[in-house]
Amino acid sequence: MEILQSNQISPDQIIIWQWRFIIINATMLYTWLIMFILVGGSWLVTRRISSEIRISRWQNFLESVVSILRDQIREVSQDEPTKYLSYIGTLFLFIGLSNLLIIVPGYVAPTASLTTTAALAISVFFAVPLYGITKQGLKSYFKEYFQPTFIFFPFHIMGEISRTLALAIRLFGNIMSHDKVIGILLAVTPLFFPIIMQALGLLIGLVQAYIFAVLAMVYIASASQTHEQAS
Amino acid sequence: MDSITVIAMASIIGAGLTMAIGSIGPALGEGRAVQQALSAIAQQPDERNTLQRTLYVGLAMIESIAIYCFVISMILIFANPFWTHVIAK
Repeated sequence: MEILQSNQISPDQIIIWQWRFIIINATMLYTWLIMFILVGGSWLVTRRISSEIRISRWQNFLESVVSILRDQIREVSQDEPTKYLSYIGTLFLFIGLSNLLIIVPGYVAPTASLTTTAALAISVFFAVPLYGITKQGLKSYFKEYFQPTFIFFPFHIMGEISRTLALAIRLFGNIMSHDKVIGILLAVTPLFFPIIMQALGLLIGLVQAYIFAVLAMVYIASASQTHEQAS
Repeated sequence: MDSITVIAMASIIGAGLTMAIGSIGPALGEGRAVQQALSAIAQQPDERNTLQRTLYVGLAMIESIAIYCFVISMILIFANPFWTHVIAK
């Protein structure tokens, strides 16, 4: 079942329920579904958490996910991962799960809509100065914008905006292009070849989630480590 | 030719040219990046994790240029603002 028509490029255009000016579209529905799965699943598992030698397999799974995330964050940021784990981990798990669920029929990844990816990128845009200021203080954070001289101030601002735009468009373009490629292949060579592309789509989805999280981590790390390198 | 024909023709040709020309640069760049990364991994297999991570991030950076071209060609074909303007008139 393909609920995204071939002439639509965004799940925003699929309207599921409408009452006057209140519209529930597919992006919102599937975003809430993923949030429900993540929160509900974690709640179900951590409800019966135990610190004994024998642990349940779901607790084992969650522990391995968290420890992989911590290792990756520690490698990228060269820093203690605990304070970044909640934000970066949320980004990775949300994007990863929303990209992985594309194998379920009738599902459209909310990351195939520019609004979702723009919201995620804007959250990174605001998280970078927040982490930077808490790490090295207001004054020395904003001093970085005037390095090496004050002429570079507009270029720093332009860089921040353009990399936010790049984050949003990269994720959106990758996932949306995958949807479109599947649609075109279904019209040209049905039955077998689209299955291979679906399998490739799982890889692309996970790699994109990884890249989004790593890039957010790199931006945050570069905002909070410049002071130490300068001194 | 009326304006609908001109807009449709220009959009389709423009979308094709955007993808064709816009994917040359990223393809060459990704090829060079992967080549360098492979030879680096072959020389220093111990540093594989760092190299792989840097390679993925770098490839995503390079690829985003091709993705911009793709998004623009998709907008030209599926969500063309000039086309909808002319149709609505």
